[in-house]
Amino acid sequence: MSLNSFWFVIIAVLWIGYFILEGFDFGVGILLRVVSKNQAERRAVLTTLGPVWDGNEVWLLVAGGATFAAFPEWYATLFGGFYLPLFLILVSLIVRGVAFEYRSKYGKPEWRNRWDWAITVASFIPALLWGVAFANIVRGVPLHTDTHGSIQYAGGFFNLLNPYALVGGLTTLSLFITHGAFFLALKTDGEIRTRSNALASKIGLITAVLAVIFLGWTMIDVTHKTIVVVGSVFVVVTWLAALAFNFKAREGYAFLFSALATAFVVITLFGGLYPHVMPNLNGGAGLDIFNASSTHYTLKVMTVVAVVMTPLVLLYQGWTYWVFRKRIHPNQIHNPESGVLDQIH
Amino acid sequence: MNALTLARWQFAITTIYHFIFVPITIGSGFLVAGLQTAWFRTHKDKYLRATKFFGKLFLINFAIGVVTGIVQEFQFGMNWSSYSRFVGDIFGAPLAMEGLLAFFLESTFLGLWIFGWDRLSKKMHLATIWLAATGTLLSAYFILAANAFMQHPVGYVLNKTRGRAELTSIVRVLTQNTAVSAFFHTVPSAFLTAGALFAGIAGWMIWKGRDVEVARPVLKIGLITVLVSFIIVGVSGDYTARIMTKQQPMKMAAAEALYNSKANAPFSLFTVGTLDGSRPVFQIGIPSMLSFMSKGNTSAVVEGVNDLQKQYVAKYGPGNYKPDIPLAYWSFRLMIGFGALATLIALLVLWLTRRGRLPKGRWFGPTMIALPFLPILANSFGWIFTESARQPWVVFGLIKTADGVSPTVNAGSVAFTVVVFTALYGILAVVEFGLFRRAIKVGPEPEGAHEKAEAASTLVMSY
Repeated sequence: MSLNSFWFVIIAVLWIGYFILEGFDFGVGILLRVVSKNQAERRAVLTTLGPVWDGNEVWLLVAGGATFAAFPEWYATLFGGFYLPLFLILVSLIVRGVAFEYRSKYGKPEWRNRWDWAITVASFIPALLWGVAFANIVRGVPLHTDTHGSIQYAGGFFNLLNPYALVGGLTTLSLFITHGAFFLALKTDGEIRTRSNALASKIGLITAVLAVIFLGWTMIDVTHKTIVVVGSVFVVVTWLAALAFNFKAREGYAFLFSALATAFVVITLFGGLYPHVMPNLNGGAGLDIFNASSTHYTLKVMTVVAVVMTPLVLLYQGWTYWVFRKRIHPNQIHNPESGVLDQIH
Repeated sequence: MNALTLARWQFAITTIYHFIFVPITIGSGFLVAGLQTAWFRTHKDKYLRATKFFGKLFLINFAIGVVTGIVQEFQFGMNWSSYSRFVGDIFGAPLAMEGLLAFFLESTFLGLWIFGWDRLSKKMHLATIWLAATGTLLSAYFILAANAFMQHPVGYVLNKTRGRAELTSIVRVLTQNTAVSAFFHTVPSAFLTAGALFAGIAGWMIWKGRDVEVARPVLKIGLITVLVSFIIVGVSGDYTARIMTKQQPMKMAAAEALYNSKANAPFSLFTVGTLDGSRPVFQIGIPSMLSFMSKGNTSAVVEGVNDLQKQYVAKYGPGNYKPDIPLAYWSFRLMIGFGALATLIALLVLWLTRRGRLPKGRWFGPTMIALPFLPILANSFGWIFTESARQPWVVFGLIKTADGVSPTVNAGSVAFTVVVFTALYGILAVVEFGLFRRAIKVGPEPEGAHEKAEAASTLVMSY
């Protein structure tokens, strides 16, 4: 395997990690008001994310950083081209992160409700837009080669919101919501757990339908390479398994298969994309793993760093999930109605 | 206002803002770790209360540092895509390493620290804050190495066919003296900032007469941190100025408002120059001092702005190679001035609080609460200096800022994003400041509160 192909795979792996981890963060955020009916429940839901949301978000930074390091032309064309959608995602991530930390500082309902809405909206937007972004990458966008020989994005903002991409966005949105529900069913106790289970079943069916439409559309319109067909089958099978386990209240397996299904979505899309990284919808020159990449030397350096660090990161990040493995029950929340800064000591 | 100018304003605003909170985070992480270590060793409740109180402030601050950091990594590609193509082979690597080595470490272990009080052994829990703090240091190193490449490109070769710079030595990039000196200058200034913040708040608490037994050790630790940090900042700053004189002579000439090259160049205490930046109108200076500071020799010739401009036109072609001289001159001096002033105040307060004395004057409380703003200003002016005085280059001698901007992002889009970022950041700053004030007013939790919380059936920490 060439280093270029190896790094294509690494970047796919980083996006898999990001979608599996921040995917459920988004889902939990979106479901926040629906799945919790009082402050104790709401805070229990948020506490499931507490120790892990920041570490989960780092996968995005590493995916972006790795793209910059290994495929700078891809990084430049993609980030420069998808400017406004990425901006919307950034604003959402900023607001959401601060909201988690600040939300329970005061007990005033106006304070908390505002931040809770912020969490929900700021989880919704990226969950939708990441799907839109990846659908556009896979399908191809208008590109043109400028006078310097650089391949630049040649579309606007609105052609990124084409029907195929919107379906892709709705698919990831629905997927992350369900994935979040599976997570909550696994990590909480009491009524939140039952509600999450019920929500997962319902939204999970919608996700299944959307996934079939989106993957089917991909096969018809974009590419019917073997890996896309096989990958799609695996997506559907693992997803149905997740729903089945959820129905039997086997929450651990439900979450595991939901994560696997998420992984297979990324594998399918990246598999279809390979060896391109940004195909040209105009039919002209596009970006691939060779013309977009760094030098062999840089790829070698990055490979050493990645091979050494990734197992270590997986180990200690995995350990975090083990430390916080216990389910959280709303009655474990101390003084749920009051805020941390309400009372002067 | 064209796309380039707007993009420059956006980068400046988002970076300065990010770097208001980051030094506090870096320094506070270690100070909180130190306080928790003191508790671990002595079992004295006041250190635990101090840990949790200042830890709460640390976390209020950390949230903003983290979220504004995501913007930074994305902004290179979004607004500076041509720059990213040109340097990506070199610049991308330290950024990716920053994520893999530093961000994962700090985020994961901070999560464990915040929520793990009742889930980990005391020893393990203490280790988590030290590891998180170490993560912030690693992060600083990688981004400073990347910035050092922009100031003084090394370890690369120019690929004329592909029109980009290509990495030949990652070791050179990560260990060049520009990177190392930047690290030993920026990190101690972060400690200075956090020391001033902790001392300022502790001083305020003492002045208000509340929780004095918690505040007093923190006051001392904070003030000593300021002093020790300033010494390192000063030494590394002097070294950095010397190497910058060699590596970016135009930057240093602008910093000193030295328009024409001269031997026995004076160190300017105050200079007013003409608007076109060609000569001084009025100057007070210390004779020969600049020659000595830049080159170690009072009779050495220090190159002036006008001579360098001629040199650069000959070397790089027609163009204006002069940065904004008043901006360079004043930001350089304000950086030093605010840092020195903070240190002088720290020295004074250390003296006034020797042997258990507690200052009671009406000036003490307000001065202490104002203290942290001084190094924050110093940090901002430092970055304003080093980035603006490198202009018109984005990578010195290799690529100009104007050639780095994204060609596919029009002025309207950047105008939109810069307005939204500025407004959002402004709102967050107000919220953060409000939370800080309130948290200080609330004060440390009472004695024995932590033990009570641990004994209860509820979680010690929840969102």
